[in-house]
Amino acid sequence: MSFLTLFIIIPVLTVIGILLCKNHMQVKWTAVVGMSLQLITAIVLIFLFLAERRAGNMAEILFIQDNLWYQTLNIHFFVGVDGVSVAMIGLTSLVVFAGIFASWDIVDLPREFFTSLILLASGVFGFFISLDLFTMFLFYELAVIPMYLLIGIWGSGPRHYSAMKLTLMLMGGSALILLGILGLYFNSAPGGGPLTFDLIQISKVHIPVETQRFLFPFLFVGFGVLGALFPFHTWSPDGHASAPTAVSMLHAGVLMKLGGYGCYRVAVFLLPEAAHQLGWIFLILATIGVIYGALGAVWQKDLKYINAYSSVSHCALVLFAILMFNQTAMNGAIMQMISHGIMTALFFALIGMIYGRTHTRYINEMGGLMKVMPFLAVAYVIAGLASLGLPGFSGFVAEMTIFVGAFQNADVFHRVATIIVASSIVVTAVYILRVVGILLLGKIRNEAYEMITDAKWYDKISVVALIFGITVIGIAPLWLSDMITQGLGPIMQKLLSAAPMLH
Amino acid sequence: MIDFSYTALILLIPLFLFVLVGLFGNRFKPLVSGVIGTSGLFVIWVLSLFTAYKYFFVLEKATDGSFQKLLAVNTVWLHLTDKLHIDMGVLLDPISVMMLIVITTVSLMVHLYSIGYMHGEKGFQRFFAMLSLFSFSMLGLVVATNIFQMYIFWELVGVSSYLLIGFYYTRDTAVAASKKAFIVTRFADLGFLIGILILSYTTGTFDFITLTGSSSPAFSSGQGVWFLGLSTMTWSMIFIFMGGAGKSAMFPLHIWLPDAMEGPTPVSALIHAATMVVAGVYLVARMFPIYIHETAALDIVAWVGAFTSLFAAVIACTQFDIKRVLAYSTMSQIGYMMLALGVSGYGGHEGLGYMASMFHLFTHAFFKALLFLGAGAIIHAVHSNYMNEMGGLRKYLPITHITFLIACLAIAGIPPFAGFFSKDEILVAAFHHNKVLFAMEYAVAGLTAFYMFRLYYSVFWRKEVHYHHTPHEAPATMTIPLIFLALGSTFTGFIPFTKLVTSDGLPFEIHTEWGIAIPSILIAVVGIAVATVFYRKENNIATRLARSMGGFYTAAYHKFYIDEVYLFITKRIIFNYISRPIAWFDRHIVDGTMNGVSYVTNEASFRIRKFQSGQLQQYAIVFVSGTIFLALLFIYLWTN
Repeated sequence: MSFLTLFIIIPVLTVIGILLCKNHMQVKWTAVVGMSLQLITAIVLIFLFLAERRAGNMAEILFIQDNLWYQTLNIHFFVGVDGVSVAMIGLTSLVVFAGIFASWDIVDLPREFFTSLILLASGVFGFFISLDLFTMFLFYELAVIPMYLLIGIWGSGPRHYSAMKLTLMLMGGSALILLGILGLYFNSAPGGGPLTFDLIQISKVHIPVETQRFLFPFLFVGFGVLGALFPFHTWSPDGHASAPTAVSMLHAGVLMKLGGYGCYRVAVFLLPEAAHQLGWIFLILATIGVIYGALGAVWQKDLKYINAYSSVSHCALVLFAILMFNQTAMNGAIMQMISHGIMTALFFALIGMIYGRTHTRYINEMGGLMKVMPFLAVAYVIAGLASLGLPGFSGFVAEMTIFVGAFQNADVFHRVATIIVASSIVVTAVYILRVVGILLLGKIRNEAYEMITDAKWYDKISVVALIFGITVIGIAPLWLSDMITQGLGPIMQKLLSAAPMLH
Repeated sequence: MIDFSYTALILLIPLFLFVLVGLFGNRFKPLVSGVIGTSGLFVIWVLSLFTAYKYFFVLEKATDGSFQKLLAVNTVWLHLTDKLHIDMGVLLDPISVMMLIVITTVSLMVHLYSIGYMHGEKGFQRFFAMLSLFSFSMLGLVVATNIFQMYIFWELVGVSSYLLIGFYYTRDTAVAASKKAFIVTRFADLGFLIGILILSYTTGTFDFITLTGSSSPAFSSGQGVWFLGLSTMTWSMIFIFMGGAGKSAMFPLHIWLPDAMEGPTPVSALIHAATMVVAGVYLVARMFPIYIHETAALDIVAWVGAFTSLFAAVIACTQFDIKRVLAYSTMSQIGYMMLALGVSGYGGHEGLGYMASMFHLFTHAFFKALLFLGAGAIIHAVHSNYMNEMGGLRKYLPITHITFLIACLAIAGIPPFAGFFSKDEILVAAFHHNKVLFAMEYAVAGLTAFYMFRLYYSVFWRKEVHYHHTPHEAPATMTIPLIFLALGSTFTGFIPFTKLVTSDGLPFEIHTEWGIAIPSILIAVVGIAVATVFYRKENNIATRLARSMGGFYTAAYHKFYIDEVYLFITKRIIFNYISRPIAWFDRHIVDGTMNGVSYVTNEASFRIRKFQSGQLQQYAIVFVSGTIFLALLFIYLWTN
């Protein structure tokens, strides 16, 4: 049995443990123990992976486990990781770990809350490790459904509307994905022989270009919905605004990455010719998304809306980079996913903590919070600076890799798109500093806030863990970037071999 | 060969201090963090002086007798493409070594001064942590081995500046000013970034030594016409200059600098007078071997510099806030430096402008830091920034008075003070390049002398003001830096820059051109004389003159309404006409469509639902009518 199965087993055991608990405290601590183990396992995985690579094991996929699961359709429980999935697993376990501490204050039905949260997490882990399209899809659904309950039950504001909207839009996306996956399945053995969902095997098959052109939009849009592809992003502001803290964290931090990852791993990897031919359409949408999300954030007054739009902008940058079809930009896309994942989780954690103290999310009703809650305020400033791409934090590394990579495409269309996208760094600075200026600096506008207390110990653990993540990547990015680059080998080969066939 | 790898410490020490004081500062007594910061700076100051000595006087020259460009430290930080990778390291060459001296000296003086000036302020530790962060970033910027490292530290100085301008964060004006500074320079940095992208794509490297070497890829590639009749390389240099213009507050990206005076005065002295704002000049100087091939870009540098120096000097004559006068003066002097680069050639005496620019950067750092620190001492004594609320201070602040006078003489260009020598070289370089530029700069020299002595007389002479508390001289921690910098302002003009910092690293000879030097001294004397008549004693000549100038004076007093133009563009156009409609569009059109789809689905299923009523009669009717309909249909089809 592969080491990777632990990533499914630990959450399942944790959920069972939680169901056996007697009181709130036990539930929380079980969750903490489980997710700390998960984080440790992820760190061990990163080290093991790097050690294997250093030892010269250059296999495409490491730590493989392959069990036949449903023979009739040839579905396997097939798991394995490359540099990209290891990075995503690291991200997920960090965000889930921080999310547990950020929901320490939850009062209603903690047992059910943590159960759903960890189930969701196990879906995400499963998605990142599986290499069988059907299993992947299964885990994908496992991640989306608890979201409905989490928002619908523990949310705030128009939570039923938001939960329904989010679930329906994502389900619409999954319908497209399912069609796309079935399309791939039926084209997986053109020379006869058993059909397969095996991603690696399909990648070695050449699917006719006409079929690719037909399937690509299904898969790219389907995953794109989750990756907040313009104009399918509108679930994001409402969903985030209504979701409880940890759910926002996981959703923006990890779940939205499933979209980007799926576009990269399934749509572009398996359908490279179609990606080359149709990429420009989605590139335009992604370019619009980057600027549109950023400009949309400038006007918002609700903290969560600001960050939701900011996420739209940052996630669109991921899709933009994937569609640049070169190694540097792809690498940037993966790093942007990691970076945005941690950063936005930090933002939503802080917003939750601030909301828990002030009971409002409207920036105009607050002000001068730096004086009363210096720890949280400084953390917010750090998150903001990371988000606007300050060197020393992960966002800068990712963005610069993307811009340099995108600029390697020398034609006017790509150049113009790159310059438009790069100009978002100015808009980002505008909305981030606007919030910091109104929310944290200046005088305290509401006297009731004089009595607010600063972060508690569990808030601090959550915040410090996430800040640690963005700083480590920001200061020493080389290991991560090299790890990802090696994982990109197969997709780059496919894209390169696809390109000349078009001419 | 001397091992210079210890120079990494010059960066690491302030970084360590930042982390130490930033994380644990609140556990120390305030004074302790001040002392830790200052002594750390003292160590790197000594290291920098030592490095400069070794570099200029001990290290053997390259084969052609020029100063070497030396990679003291260099490691790969991030791989981007096959060719492009970002390195982190320390590059030693004449200008970077010179900048090490400038930055560490001024920073040390500012640290020492701040112990006295910031005494008792809330956030004393935070202040010192930020100063360390700034020193780290600025030093990293000047020793950058490649343009991307420079960009990284460029952003970091930007954020340190943001944090320090907004030091008094409960004051709304300070918050607004810090935000403005960051966003305006960020906009300029976008240009810088695009310039870097173009440059690196065309040449395949970020590395300064490769880019500025004699066989640089920048000379051969990207020469074809690309856009608006200019080549790719020219555009990339123009974009890069945009970044420099933003940081160095060149027109029209200057609007943040006057507002940045909301920060504590030592910060203004360090960041907004002596070091960060000259980063743009340094950037152009760093890329100078490429600029010299791109004449169109270099002309832009010259004209922007010249225009800014004149524009800012005119505004400086009308302002009453002493720090703002100094801020406009800084802009004007940086304009001088830019102009000098813009009119320079390359190699030997041709490179006079380059040498003059670096020389002026060096001397200016001393006298402008001195002016700001002096202004700080004045503000400290009278608790006001406005010169019309001051007067007669020479009796109360003797040390400040003398040092301030020295700085005024230096900036006005009176020999033998430092400013005379460097400014004279700039005028000579401009004279040999373009007579219009020379005439502009000549006028600026007169205006400079006038507005500086307007300030000097208004503060120290003119009228006797009755102060609430009798002003008293600042403590020793503040006066020692003043005296030290005054010595610098007096003697740095004698440093033989032509032997040390030149465009190609080779020394050359210059002779004072008295035909230019004497008129420039004369115009400075005229400026001082006019200021003496207007401001030494209380009178209304200046007010009458201002009134007679009418609209021009009002426009200059309002800084030619540039701020209002920006405000119009950002608030009105971008905020109201772009961002707000987007928010609306998103809620009502994009989201509306999505909701519309669900509404239609909902509605449709609501209608269809009636078919499943569960009433047998209804089913029977539908069944029967369906059968009849089909039967009729078949009969119809059959018969035809």
